[in-house]
Amino acid sequence: MGKSLFDKVWDVHTVRTLPGGETQLIVGLHLIHEVTSPQAFGMLRDLGLRVMMPERTFATVDHIIPTDNRKRPFQDNLAEGMVKALKDACQEFGITFFDVDSGRQGIVHIIGPELGLTQPGITVACGDSHTSTHGAFGAIAMGIGTTQVRDVLATQCLALARLKVRRIEVSGKLGPGVYAKDIILHVIRRLGVFGGTGYAYEYAGPAIEALSMEERMTLCNMSIEGGARVGYVNPDEKTFEYMKGRPYAPQGDAWTKALAYWKSIASDADARYDDVVRIDAAEIAPTVTWGINPGQAISVKERIPTVDQAPNAAERSLVEEALSYMQLSGGHPIEGTPINVAFIGSCTNGRLSDFREVARYLKGSKVSSSVRALAVPGSMDVAKAAEAEGIDQIFRDAGFEWREPGCSMCLAMNPDKLIGNELCASSSNRNFKGRQGSPTGRTILMSPVMVAAAAVRGAVADAREVFSIRR
Amino acid sequence: MALAKIERVVGRGVHVAGEDIDTDRIIPARFLKCVTFDGLGEHLFKDVRFREDGSKTGHPLDDPRFAGASILVVDRNFGCGSSREHAPQSIAKRGFKAIVAESFAEIFFGNSIALGIPCVSLARADLDQLAKRVESRPDTVLTVDLVEGVVRAGDDLGWPLGIKPGASEALQKGLWDPIGQLLEAKDQIRSVAASLPYMRA
Repeated sequence: MGKSLFDKVWDVHTVRTLPGGETQLIVGLHLIHEVTSPQAFGMLRDLGLRVMMPERTFATVDHIIPTDNRKRPFQDNLAEGMVKALKDACQEFGITFFDVDSGRQGIVHIIGPELGLTQPGITVACGDSHTSTHGAFGAIAMGIGTTQVRDVLATQCLALARLKVRRIEVSGKLGPGVYAKDIILHVIRRLGVFGGTGYAYEYAGPAIEALSMEERMTLCNMSIEGGARVGYVNPDEKTFEYMKGRPYAPQGDAWTKALAYWKSIASDADARYDDVVRIDAAEIAPTVTWGINPGQAISVKERIPTVDQAPNAAERSLVEEALSYMQLSGGHPIEGTPINVAFIGSCTNGRLSDFREVARYLKGSKVSSSVRALAVPGSMDVAKAAEAEGIDQIFRDAGFEWREPGCSMCLAMNPDKLIGNELCASSSNRNFKGRQGSPTGRTILMSPVMVAAAAVRGAVADAREVFSIRR
Repeated sequence: MALAKIERVVGRGVHVAGEDIDTDRIIPARFLKCVTFDGLGEHLFKDVRFREDGSKTGHPLDDPRFAGASILVVDRNFGCGSSREHAPQSIAKRGFKAIVAESFAEIFFGNSIALGIPCVSLARADLDQLAKRVESRPDTVLTVDLVEGVVRAGDDLGWPLGIKPGASEALQKGLWDPIGQLLEAKDQIRSVAASLPYMRA
């Protein structure tokens, strides 16, 4: 029987089996940022350790960076201190740092692929759970804690238990106005927010192969919201085409060698899986969340679940808690729910293709006067490319604020926050209580085009109707 | 690096109810603006403990009956979401030495073990019984016993616990922080790196 990509990549990166049974796994690419990494350098200093392979770690700032005024020092002293701590550590330990003035700064999961640092068949670790994003290239990529950031800095390795592999096969073709975001929200809805615990998700099938690289990143990004620490797509011609000419991609002879390796690590046709789930793309509609975790999702045409529909006591209490927090009524349509804020951005949906797709439909429309709308490019590169195409102007003309790159209102560690119990239509990844910066703020997750539709209508709406999407 | 051998944790418990409690709820993002983990203990569960006007909501963590508890009892899929180690750090800094749940999110589990915090699972019915006991008799002494593989409540109740065998062994042998072991294999690391087509040693 053949091997999956996960097994192949895991095996070639295995240094040894540790006495407790875990694998000592080598990390090919280590990405760090200002929130979860400065503490790790402190741990290194305390232990008198050095960075083993400084050329394999890259740093940037994304979480706390303001998106309106990036002038240094930042108005927020704590934010300034964190960026300084990271910069100083990078200098001390010889690590490349993509600072705000580098032209390459951005959300860590957006710049990795953009720069060609993320490659097929490598292992990627970062102190951020959305590291699964990089799996779009056929890499084994996972979020880690700060103590593990220390481990990677000191040894380029992690101690990890091997994951099982679940293949998620999506057959058929997505309908008009249905995107990668809808696939992943649908997957999480079906398999649950902890259904993926202990698994790596391999996304496959015609509907997945048809996705662009950026859409594959959206898909893999939210694997962790389904409990799967790792999600990936096997590399194909689209992957190789994307890699070509990127600043850190191999060139010349190295490209030829790399290509042979990349092709060799894709899952074998007869690979063994621990589980297989099949989904028909035709059953996926534009999907929105109604509750306080990403699994609490329905199609925009469905009614909000009622407490009585819950299958057991635990679910009942969850539905009750979610409805009460969201101030929504079970049994009512989600469509038409008024929103206060619209946010397009984040490591899930802050890429050029996201803004392009929205601009296509938003042109000539106006954001409802009751809505505050924010567009935040995921990186300086995305911002530059979008601005060169005039996309920023389309957003501005429609009534969006066009901001500077960062994580922004996805987790609101910078000044971009919900106020009070505002309801936000958001292209980000988490609708947890308080996630967007106000302890009573509310989030409805959806695709960027659906956010634009909600912004225009001032309420949750079906983008296919608002923008007459027939393709 | 000599680490403590963690075979059992003994102490009183507190039950924080709720399924899928995420790390944003354990420690809201605004408290991540720090370059050390010191001082995180006071912000644990902050936004469910306090209203926006600063008044207390009556969270179990602020209930004097559970003051000094060192074993945190929670429900299903505890610690999902963000990989922030600030979550287990804030739990540890608040004085908790072990966590009992129906299940844990993966990254949170790994982060906790690396800090020497046993995370053990109980079957739901057993967990509910434990939670009920803690709530009705907060002075009950709980024991999370990794050697015998049980959680006990007082002298009369006990349930078999679940934990990944590797994690249990690492805690008991004092190998829960893997850095020492990882460092031992420096030559092997370099040779595996050299064998990878994209890494030059």
